[in-house]
Amino acid sequence: MSVKIYIPGDSGAVAVGADRLAAKLETELNKRDLDARIIRNGSRGLYWLEPMVEVETKSGRVAYGPVKPSDLDALLDAGLLEGAEHPLSLGLTEEIPFLKRQTRLTFARCGITDPLSLEDYRAQGGLAGLTNAVAMPPEAIVAQVTESGLRGRGGAGFPTGIKWKTVLEADGAQKYIVCNADEGDSGTFADRMIMEGDPFVVIEGMVIAGIATGATKGYVYLRSEYPHAINVMNRAVEIARENNILGTSVLGSPHGFDMEIRVGAGAYVCGEETALLESLEGRRGVVRAKPPLPAHKGFLGRPTVVNNVISLASVPIIMDKGADFYRDFGMGRSRGTIPVQIAGNVKHGGLFEAAFGMTLGELIDDIGGGTATGRPVKAVQVGGPLGAYFPRELFDTPFDYEAFAARDGLIGHAGIVVFDDTADMLKQARFAFEFCAVESCGKCTPCRIGSTRGVEVIDNIRDGIEPDKQVALMSDLCNTMKFGSLCALGGFTPYPVMSAFTHFPDDFRPASMSQAAE
Amino acid sequence: MEKRPLDAEIASTTQAIVARSKALEGPLLTILHDVQEAFGHVPQSALPVIAEGLNLSRAEVHGVVSFYHDYREAPAGRHVIKLCRAEACQSMGGDELAERLMGLLGLDWHETSADGAVTLEPVYCLGLCACAPAAMVDGEVLGRLDADAVSELATVVRS
Repeated sequence: MSVKIYIPGDSGAVAVGADRLAAKLETELNKRDLDARIIRNGSRGLYWLEPMVEVETKSGRVAYGPVKPSDLDALLDAGLLEGAEHPLSLGLTEEIPFLKRQTRLTFARCGITDPLSLEDYRAQGGLAGLTNAVAMPPEAIVAQVTESGLRGRGGAGFPTGIKWKTVLEADGAQKYIVCNADEGDSGTFADRMIMEGDPFVVIEGMVIAGIATGATKGYVYLRSEYPHAINVMNRAVEIARENNILGTSVLGSPHGFDMEIRVGAGAYVCGEETALLESLEGRRGVVRAKPPLPAHKGFLGRPTVVNNVISLASVPIIMDKGADFYRDFGMGRSRGTIPVQIAGNVKHGGLFEAAFGMTLGELIDDIGGGTATGRPVKAVQVGGPLGAYFPRELFDTPFDYEAFAARDGLIGHAGIVVFDDTADMLKQARFAFEFCAVESCGKCTPCRIGSTRGVEVIDNIRDGIEPDKQVALMSDLCNTMKFGSLCALGGFTPYPVMSAFTHFPDDFRPASMSQAAE
Repeated sequence: MEKRPLDAEIASTTQAIVARSKALEGPLLTILHDVQEAFGHVPQSALPVIAEGLNLSRAEVHGVVSFYHDYREAPAGRHVIKLCRAEACQSMGGDELAERLMGLLGLDWHETSADGAVTLEPVYCLGLCACAPAAMVDGEVLGRLDADAVSELATVVRS
C-alpha cells in the first residue's frame, strides 16, 4: 500500500510555495520510484509552519515544516516516507502544542481530510448531523440549535436559533438560506480555510438550515478575493448534488434543497447582510434600513436566513453530538467554541479553535508567541477593521462577546491582528476612516461624509492645527457616526479610531509637541 | 468607424452571456463577471445589451458596474498586481513594501503602465493575514513578501 503524504492546497500554504513543493515532490517520488501518494489537504492552520508536509505512519501523522522544495532531497534521504527524524521534523502532528491545546469542533476535519473526498468526510463523522436532522421535525432542529447557545460567528453574535425560528414561522411559499462568505475583515481567514479545507461541512450546515426553516434554496455569497475557495465550493456542490446531499430528495428523505455559489465583486460593505442581499439580487450593494428584517423580507423580498460560514459550519456537530455537548464549552452567554484567527506581526500566526473564555493575553503571548519581529507588542486589533485596538493593559479580557463589549471592543469574526511598538496609532486611526470612506455604500450621511471628514480631522491633529479642537471634533464625529449610521461600517469605524486615541494618546500629539516633551 | 465590428462582436457575445444567465435569480453580477472574463473589462457597448436583456435601464446597469471595485472600464495590463493594504499586512511592513513597489513600477494605485505591461491595484485582505504581507499576481497568491520579493516581482512583470 502506498504511503500517504499530505501537502495543503490551502491558499495560505500555496502563497508560501505549497504548489511548487508538491510538484517537486511528485517528480522526486517518480525519479526514486517510491510508492507514495500526495494528497492536497486543507491547512491545519499552523501558518508559520506552512508549507507543512505530513506523512502517515503506523504511529500517526508526522509533520515537517516549513518545507522548501530544496529540502526535499535531504528529507527523502533521511526517510521522509517512514516519518524519520530530520531538522525540519515536528514530530506527531497531533502533539504539536499549538494544535494539541485546541478544541476543534467546527474545524475538526480541516487539514486532516482531502477536502473534496466525500468518503473522507463520512469517515470523519461528516453527514451524521444531517442524517439526524432529516428524521426530525423542523421545530425540533430549531430547538436544538437554540439550546446549543450558538450565536452568529460573523460578528453580530445574534442567536442563530432565534433567527431560524423567525424564518420557520414566517409565511412564504419560497424561503432561502444565504451563507455570508464575504469575509473581508483584515486578520480573518476562518471562512476561507473551512471552505477550502472542509467544504462539505458548510454545505451540510446549509442543508440542515433549509430543512429547519422550510427553505429549499440556498446561496453562498463568496467574495471574489478568494478564487481558491470559489473553485473548491463549486466542485463540492457538484459532488454533493451527485450524492443526493443536495437535490429533490436529501439523503433519500422527502426534503428538497439545492444551492448555488455566487461571487461578489469587491465591495467590503456587501458583508453586511442587507447590502449582501441587494448585491445577490444584482444591484449596488447599498444597505437596507431594518426593519423589515431579512428573516421576514430578505432575498427577493422572501423570508431568508443569512448566516455566516462558521455559524453554518458549526451546525452539523450540534446536530450530531447534541445541544448540551456544544453548550458545555464556553463561558457566560458565549457558548461553544470560537475559531480565533491570530495574525499580523505574530510569531505563531494561525487558526486556534477553543472554547470561549481564554484571555487575549494568553492568545497573543502564550499561543501566538509574541511578535514576529521580536519587539514588544504595542497594540492588537480584534474584530477586523471595525474592531477596537487594545493595549497590553487590557490583555486580561476574556474572549467573550459581553466581556469585550464591556471594554468598548468587539469580537467580530474573531480575528486578532498584532502590532509591535513601531506601530503609529494615529496612522491606524486615519486608516480606519480612510477605509470607511473607500468602502462606504453611500446611503447614509454619517458614514459617507463623516469618514472623509474624519481623515481630514486626523491630518489636522497630525499637523498640529488646533489639536485640542480637532480632538473634540473627532470625538463628536465618531459619536455621530456611531449612532447615526445605518450599518456597522459607519457605526463601528469609531471603535478603531477612538480606541487608538484613548489607549495611545501620545501618538495623537503633533510631532512638534511630542518632540518638545522629550 | 473602425470600432463598429468590435461593437458588433461585443453585442453578440454579451447577448449570449445574458441568454445563458438570464433565468438566474438576480443574474446581473454573474453576467458582469462573465462579460469581464470575455473582454478583460466591461465595455460601454455591452451595457445597453445587458439592460435590454434584463429589462433594466442603462443607468441602473451603469450604477452597478461603477459601484463595485472589480469591474474595469478599460482593459488591465498584461499583469495585474493586487497588493494587500489592510491592517494585518500593514503590521508587517506592508506600507513600506507598497511604497517600494510603486517606486519600482512608477505607478500609483489603479494605474496601468504606459506599455500595458502591468496594472497595480490595492486590495483589502486576501485572507492571508497569517502569512503577511500578501499579494495576488495574475490570480496567484503570494505571502511573506519582503523587499527582495517585491523587487523580483517588479522585474518579472516588466520583462
